[in-house]
Amino acid sequence: MKVQLRKLAHARSGDKGDTANVGLIALRDEFYPILVREVTAERVKEHFKGICRGDVERFELPNIGALNFLLHESLGGGGTLSLMTDAQGKTFSTALLRMEIEVTDQEATDYTDLLHE
Amino acid sequence: MKQKIRIAAGQGFWGDLLDAPVRQVEGGPIDYLMLDYLAEVTMSIMQKQKSRDPNAGYAKDFVPLMRRILPTCVEKGIKVTANAGGVNVRGCADAVIQVARELGLAGKVRIGIVTGDDIMSRLDDLLARGIELRNMDTGEPLSTVRDKIQSANAYLGAWPMVEALNQGAQIVITGRATDTGLTLAPMIHEFAWAKDDWNHLAAGTIAGHIIECGAQASGGNCQYEWRSVPNLADVGFPIVEASPDGTFVITKHERTGGWIIIPSIKEQLVYEMGDPHEYITPDCVADFATVRLEYEGRDRVRVYGIEGRPATEFLKVSISYSAGFKAVGTLVYSWPDAYDKVQAADRILRTRLDRLGLKFDQVLTEFVGVNATHGPLAGAPRAEIPEVQLRVGVRGQDRSAVERFTKEIAPLILTGPPAVTGFAGGRPKVEEIVAYWPALIPKEEITPEVEVLDA
Repeated sequence: MKVQLRKLAHARSGDKGDTANVGLIALRDEFYPILVREVTAERVKEHFKGICRGDVERFELPNIGALNFLLHESLGGGGTLSLMTDAQGKTFSTALLRMEIEVTDQEATDYTDLLHE
Repeated sequence: MKQKIRIAAGQGFWGDLLDAPVRQVEGGPIDYLMLDYLAEVTMSIMQKQKSRDPNAGYAKDFVPLMRRILPTCVEKGIKVTANAGGVNVRGCADAVIQVARELGLAGKVRIGIVTGDDIMSRLDDLLARGIELRNMDTGEPLSTVRDKIQSANAYLGAWPMVEALNQGAQIVITGRATDTGLTLAPMIHEFAWAKDDWNHLAAGTIAGHIIECGAQASGGNCQYEWRSVPNLADVGFPIVEASPDGTFVITKHERTGGWIIIPSIKEQLVYEMGDPHEYITPDCVADFATVRLEYEGRDRVRVYGIEGRPATEFLKVSISYSAGFKAVGTLVYSWPDAYDKVQAADRILRTRLDRLGLKFDQVLTEFVGVNATHGPLAGAPRAEIPEVQLRVGVRGQDRSAVERFTKEIAPLILTGPPAVTGFAGGRPKVEEIVAYWPALIPKEEITPEVEVLDA
C-alpha cells in the first residue's frame, strides 16, 4: 500500500551554496530499512522535478537511522544570489515528506497503528 | 585534569536571541561560553564598515554583551570563545578591554586574540604564484571576479584558540574561525588532546556541530512532535558536557524550555550535512556515520563512538565578491479568485518589464500561499483560497534596471487586477548582492597569530 513519507520519517534541511541537503530520519529504527529500500536517489530526483536541476546524491547513516540527500542546483544560485523565499532550502525537508512510498502488506500489518494514524 | 567541562552555546547566528548567552552564564554551571557570529557573507559587511570607520568591522553586539556578562564570567571563572572579531579582531579586543576597565576588572581578565585569517592583501601574490583559489562549487578560477572581491579569509581551526587558552586567556576573540573550533578548542585545552588524536578531535568537532546552531538542537525548529516541545518561549540553549575520553552529553540548564531528545539531536546532526563520512574541518575529518546516541536521563543525550581521520592539507577560504543587484516586490490579492488574479498581475508586470527593455540575469515569480516553499509539489490551490501574495524578484548587473523594476510594483494596485493590498512599506529596496566564493588554500600559506592582552 502507499504511505506518505511523513508517517515514517522526520527531516531537517539546509543549504551549501546552490545545493540543498535533506536529512531524512526514521521515526522508528524499524522504518530505516523501508527508507533505504524506497527513498532512492532516483526517486528523490523524480519527486523534486522542476525544483532540483542537478544530480541527487544519497548517503546512508544506519547509526542514526537516517539518509542524507544532496540536491544539487536547487536553490536558484544559492546564498545571496538566490531570489527564492527559501534560498536556504529550509523547507525542502517537508517537501520530501510529501513523497508517497510503497510498504509491503506485512509492513502495513506490523505498523498498522502508525500508518493509519 | 578536569574530568568534565561544560561548554554552552550562546548564539546560533549573528542576530540570535540577545538574552540567550546571559541565560547560559547565569542559569546554571558552565565552564565555557561559545559564541558564533560569522555567517558566510558577514565578513564583507564588516569589511565595508571598517572601510568607513577603522575602529569598526567586528560584531558590535559582542561588546554590550560582554558588559552584561563579564563580571559573572570573572566571578565564576567562565571562559568565552567567540569569532566576534570579524575583520578587526584587535579593535574588538580593545573595546572589550575598555569595557573590562570600566567595570573595574582591570588586571582580572586576559583577552586572547587570533589573527592571520585575513588574506585580502595577499590575493594578487597568491594568484601570481599559481594558487588559483578556484570556486569549490563551480570550478571557476578567482581571476574571473578578482576586481569585485570585498573580503577574503581563511577558516582557522581550534589550535590557535587552544594556544590562546594555554597562555591564560579568559576571553578568546577570533576573526574567521570555524564554529566547530569554538567548541573543540576548550576540550583540547582542558584534556590535552594531541594534534593527531583524530577520534577525540572528531568528537569535539561533532559536539561543536550539534550546538553551533543554538536552540536548533534543543527543541527549536524541531519537526519531531513539534507541538509537544515544552515552553519554547524560554527555550534553553544546548550545553556540551565533555569528558576526556571524547564522549559527551548534550544537555541544557534546569528550568528552561525546549527539550534535549534523541530526535532533536538527530535533526541537528543532519543539518547542512554533505558527505557524512567526510566532515572536513581544519582540525580533522569527522565521520558522522560513527556517531552513537543514547539517553542518560531527562534532557540528557549521551554521544559516543565517534571516529575521525587526519585533517587535510588545505584550509577553506571564504571570499566575498560583489555580484550585482537585486530587489523583491510583493503585493497581496484577496478572495475571490485570488490565485487567478495574482497570476494575471504577474503577466501584466512581466509584459511591462519586457516593453521597458530591462535586462536581468533572473526574474523569479512566487505565489506565496501556493508555491513559495514546495513549488509544484504543493499542487493547485483550492478555489476558495482567501489570499495569495505575489512575490517577484529580479537580479542583474545593472543597478538602474533593478531600480526601475522597483517602481513597477505599486502601479499594479491601480492598473491591474482588483482586490489588492499590501504596499504600506513603500517601494522595494535595491540591494547590492555580495556573493560567497568558497575555495581551498594550502595550509602552509596561512600562519595564525596568537596574542594575549591584559585588560
